[in-house]
Amino acid sequence: MSTTMRRLPATAALAASALALAACSGGGGFDDPAPGESPGGATDAPAGELAVLIGSSGDAETDAVTAAVEAWSAETGVTASVTVASDLPQQLSQGFAAGDPPDVFYVSTDHLAGWAANGSLHPYGDQLANVEDFHDSLRENFTVDDQLVCAPKDFSTLALVINTDAWAEAGLGDDDVPTTWDELADVAAALTTDSRVGLSFGPEYQRIGVFMAQAGGGLVAEDGTTAIVDSPENLAALEYVQQLMTDGVMAYPADVGAGWGGEAFGTGAAAMTIEGNWIVGALRNDFPDTPYRVVELPAGPAGKGTLQFTNCWGIAADSDSPDAALDLVEHLTSTEQQIEFASAFGVMPSVRSAAEAFAAEFPEQEAFITSADFATGMPTAEGAAEVISDFNAQLEGLANADASEVLASVQANLQAALDAAG
Amino acid sequence: MSTQRAVLARTASRGSGVRGREAQAGWLFVAPVIVLLGLFLVLPVVMAAWVSVSDWTGRGSPFSAEVDFVGTQNYSELLFGGGLATQDFGTALRNNSWYVLLVVPTQTALSLFLAIMVNRKWLRGSSFFRTAFYFPSVTSSVAITVLFLFLFSATGVVNKVLQAMSVSGPNWFADPRGVLHVLLAWLGVERGPAVLTDHAVLGVSLWQWLAGPSVAMSVLILMAVFTTSGTFMLLFLAALQHISDEVDEAAMMDGTTAWQRFRFVTLPMLRPTVFTVMTLGLIGTWQVFDQIYTGTQGGPGKTTVTPAYLSYTASFQSQQWGRGAAIAFILFAIIITMTVLQRRVIRGRDKDGL
Repeated sequence: MSTTMRRLPATAALAASALALAACSGGGGFDDPAPGESPGGATDAPAGELAVLIGSSGDAETDAVTAAVEAWSAETGVTASVTVASDLPQQLSQGFAAGDPPDVFYVSTDHLAGWAANGSLHPYGDQLANVEDFHDSLRENFTVDDQLVCAPKDFSTLALVINTDAWAEAGLGDDDVPTTWDELADVAAALTTDSRVGLSFGPEYQRIGVFMAQAGGGLVAEDGTTAIVDSPENLAALEYVQQLMTDGVMAYPADVGAGWGGEAFGTGAAAMTIEGNWIVGALRNDFPDTPYRVVELPAGPAGKGTLQFTNCWGIAADSDSPDAALDLVEHLTSTEQQIEFASAFGVMPSVRSAAEAFAAEFPEQEAFITSADFATGMPTAEGAAEVISDFNAQLEGLANADASEVLASVQANLQAALDAAG
Repeated sequence: MSTQRAVLARTASRGSGVRGREAQAGWLFVAPVIVLLGLFLVLPVVMAAWVSVSDWTGRGSPFSAEVDFVGTQNYSELLFGGGLATQDFGTALRNNSWYVLLVVPTQTALSLFLAIMVNRKWLRGSSFFRTAFYFPSVTSSVAITVLFLFLFSATGVVNKVLQAMSVSGPNWFADPRGVLHVLLAWLGVERGPAVLTDHAVLGVSLWQWLAGPSVAMSVLILMAVFTTSGTFMLLFLAALQHISDEVDEAAMMDGTTAWQRFRFVTLPMLRPTVFTVMTLGLIGTWQVFDQIYTGTQGGPGKTTVTPAYLSYTASFQSQQWGRGAAIAFILFAIIITMTVLQRRVIRGRDKDGL
């Protein structure tokens, strides 16, 4: 008994010193890392050097970006290193928290608002020399509080991808390319066989949203502060998709044993899919024997509509050399460089001056670039990404769901998010 | 050992004597551990606790001057806010509760059963079985998750086998329906009674709380039982081998049946191990993360989101660091409460003379 009592002071002293030590190390390790020190991780470069962090789709993209950055380094004499992130948002978050992020990195529209709001991003849009050259809709996507935060890197739109063998087999010709919802349902039915569905795309707003756009609906009103999810237009879109599923002419990729629309298309489980131009590279690598063509999506009750996705080149507010970083971004978004990226890994240039060259070089992808004229971007308000992922979770069960209930719940969540974001 | 430390403390407090320098030496020797624990355990816990009551946005140090104290705002938004944050948290708790409820008893019972089986003296090749049962525990959980993703894909081996038996299997990892709802639907109950659908706890209706684990979650439950039973079998095996043969023989002399020996002799002697296994099981199942992160990412329909995974996504994807930390601390409270409760239950049964 007495032994235990006497041990108390020693234990207390131990705990106290542990806390004291912890507090000291907190001061040294988190507040102001000396230049060149890297508590954040592997993405760091010595002072005066630029660290570029990218989320790469594969070797082709990594090599192309590395080559472009090296070319810039040779020109300017500023060394720069390219690192591929395994989990980009996580690694960037760690860098921002440690006060030592990479200088230049990819930013998706999902994360833009959060990082812009906490001041992690250096809003350099007004210093960008080629700012007028970017597509307007892309600039809008990266504008927060009337300020262009970062330069659009490239973009993609969704279009209808058709397996031409299946098409011919079903006795369809060039004139049968669907231009309305009814025609799409008809060709999907014609293409459906025992072992194949006519159409397949992922259970997410990022695909089904095209029908909402074609019906004249959407998620956020023009003013950016009102949610318009709970509209008859959106309901019509969801009910149209439900009808396709009920008729058995459309199925989600998971239901036909595929991970995404491109895989369902490549394996022949689906004759048509709605995907972006990344499918071109994926089919070339994984399913080189699948013959296909890309056409614009059919028009809905309110006309043509599709979705577009984009990333931008973010510059960290904590960057040691923002000027060099800006120069690098200007180099990476220049017309020639973007055409090189386009031919290396199949993205669409974000600048108007490269559009013609792109269409000339990739005539088979023309539908993707012409779709840009009527494409809608993703909502970028803070918290919108969470609402969309909740929407997507509900869309997974769309076949048996009450579409108006789904829309009502998303409406409430999105309005709450928009109100919170101010 | 403890006497030595007491002597150390006593001499140190006097500050004199021939053994005075031993205290310094003692501190010197424990210093590395104190530093390591402080740096990698105490400091992160303190930081996370602070973040959970602050408005830190994820940029710079949470201890910097710009970060303000917001009290319990993160917690109340999570528990009483009623918005998407509350719904997500309620869904995550629902999912994980079913997971814990099904995994912990099953894995405890199964591992005990396996241990008793391979502990049989007459069992031939028992070391082979021990190795075989333990094998899933050695394999990395990520590798097993990937394996299960293939086994249970829509056209995977499991469905092929079911097909051979003329059963059309579900699309396991893409099926968000709760298994209890599926069973009820077979009985013709498609919608819950109003008393269940109209009342919600944490933004999730009672009908949804009672949905049961989704089909996808059921696969993860199966996987957890499969991978952890071997580890716990080892713990039970060690305890079983600790029970001397005389005890069993004495019981035999009293004319007990095999079941009575198990129920009234072996099981009471295993109680400390049962407690250990259930505690480890509870902690492990409430913290499930790897399988979700590598396997389902919370889908289908958010039915495999767990508080641990939600804490991660709230922080790293949504930049809601306060909320993420608050989830982690609520999870911590849940685990502590469950462990204490469970200890009480097992102790209580001790008094009744189990």
